[in-house]
Amino acid sequence: MSQPVIEVSDLIKRYRKADRNAVDGVSFSVAPGEFFALLGPNGAGKTTTISILTTTLAPTSGRVLIGGADAVADPAEVRRQVGIIFQKPSTDKNLSGEENVRFHAILYGLYPYRPLFRMMPAEYRRQVTDLADLLGLGSEIFKPLKTLSTGMTRKLEIIRGLMHRPKVLFLDEPTAGLDAASRRNLWDYLKDVRETSSTTVFLTTHYLEEAEEADRICILDKGRVVKLGTPDELKSDLLQEYLVLDAADRPALLRELERRGLAVKEKGPFQVILNGHSPQDVIRSIDTELTVLKTHAPTLEDAYLRIVGTAIE
Amino acid sequence: MTDLNAILTVASRDVLKLLRDRTRMAFTVVFPVVFIGLMGGTLQGNLGKAAGFNFIGFIFTGVLGMSLFQSAAQGLISLIEDREQDFSQEMFVSPISRYSIVFGKIAGESTVSLFQAVPMFGLALLLQVPLSLSEFLLMLPAAVFACMLGASFGVLAMSLLNNQRAAQQIFPFLIFPQFFLAGIFNPIKVLPWYLLPFSLISPMRYAVDLLRGILYTGRPEYSKVVLFSPMTNLAVMAVMFVVFLFLGTALFVRRETNR
Repeated sequence: MSQPVIEVSDLIKRYRKADRNAVDGVSFSVAPGEFFALLGPNGAGKTTTISILTTTLAPTSGRVLIGGADAVADPAEVRRQVGIIFQKPSTDKNLSGEENVRFHAILYGLYPYRPLFRMMPAEYRRQVTDLADLLGLGSEIFKPLKTLSTGMTRKLEIIRGLMHRPKVLFLDEPTAGLDAASRRNLWDYLKDVRETSSTTVFLTTHYLEEAEEADRICILDKGRVVKLGTPDELKSDLLQEYLVLDAADRPALLRELERRGLAVKEKGPFQVILNGHSPQDVIRSIDTELTVLKTHAPTLEDAYLRIVGTAIE
Repeated sequence: MTDLNAILTVASRDVLKLLRDRTRMAFTVVFPVVFIGLMGGTLQGNLGKAAGFNFIGFIFTGVLGMSLFQSAAQGLISLIEDREQDFSQEMFVSPISRYSIVFGKIAGESTVSLFQAVPMFGLALLLQVPLSLSEFLLMLPAAVFACMLGASFGVLAMSLLNNQRAAQQIFPFLIFPQFFLAGIFNPIKVLPWYLLPFSLISPMRYAVDLLRGILYTGRPEYSKVVLFSPMTNLAVMAVMFVVFLFLGTALFVRRETNR
């Protein structure tokens, strides 16, 4: 693996007057170009982590390196290297889309300040025109943002966040508050962005289906890393495939299953953990007449709920 | 250079936001007009003769200084709320220095406050406040200084109030007493000994006194109304501005990241 673009080691954050750590010894690293998802229930420490990584919050202890720059010692350099899409929209509704984009570009030192669009350098104007075309906005980019849909505003924020070519794009629950259609739409759009820009994407979410697309998922609960791996690894680690079987004569069925040395859960219908056996093997070995026969393949959602569920218990 | 561009951007954003917000524009204009029109009129009618000087002029300079100071301070305080929404979030994660953000904000909110001065000068003309052209021209920079002092006071207040609720509850206590300690409506030439120190540390006092110094210079009421010479006022304002700006920003940044 090449030099990681994000390196977090033993990160701890305890808020003032809090009686427990919001982030409690978290370590992970992210490779350049990776799509990394930080998943967890509300209060798991996702936003705290992302705030520390983006330098708006100081850690209690631990070390964060973004593109080699230390988040505590050299925050300005870290800020230069990252783009952030906040949970809450970070746009001025009364200003036009173009003005929102322009202010961002100037704050990042891409262009000098000019009070009007037509006074901006030609390169900037071309960039905005391209951007408007890309979003299908046309001249609407010059209208106040409040006239645009929430989904469109979010896309504009993403484009804006990429203008200074950050090494890492942070997305803090970017689809919160969007309806299902806009969420899907934004998601497809992000996929395109990732394919064309090769930017590292760091996502926090509590929607599992969003994390499922990631290269790696880090599940956070109560400030600790509960699981870290590819979606497939998480699935195979966490969940076993099982058969659901039931019979009118449950004791007979149970005897047969136990004779074959199969692990059985529940008191009926029985969950038979496959543990490498194929469903055919199991069924072939049973003579008792079955009333229920189902196979259960794990989804990541099951895995997630199980982890978070156990953590809550 | 990047920082200068950033300051201009932060400042122009505030002005643009005001220009695009009609309701806020209207409110900005109406509030001081009500104050001067109603207060000045009634006080002149009832107290003017007893005081022995032009009360409209007294109220005009008082309300002008107060409005500029207060609205600029209020504008800075809004950063507490804004840092978690709208474009302000972007400012705080951009690579520019925190001092540039705060300074840009001071410039922006000061300009926004100055818009209030326009209808007030119009009203002064209408109410026949004795204001010559040269006095008017001298008052313009004084008005700018009043805004900047108010804004820097806002920075310090903001650094001490860590959330929106605290700001809403405590900020009036920082501003409201100054109305009296700075003598907006009431002459404070004579103050009881226990109020004098509070009056002396009230920043608004210097902004208002500077405006009054300009209006009353060369008039017989000068000694009854004006407390310090304009030069003294300017010097105190400059020192306060620098202290508030640097102390406030440093405290604000520390509090922000060390939550």
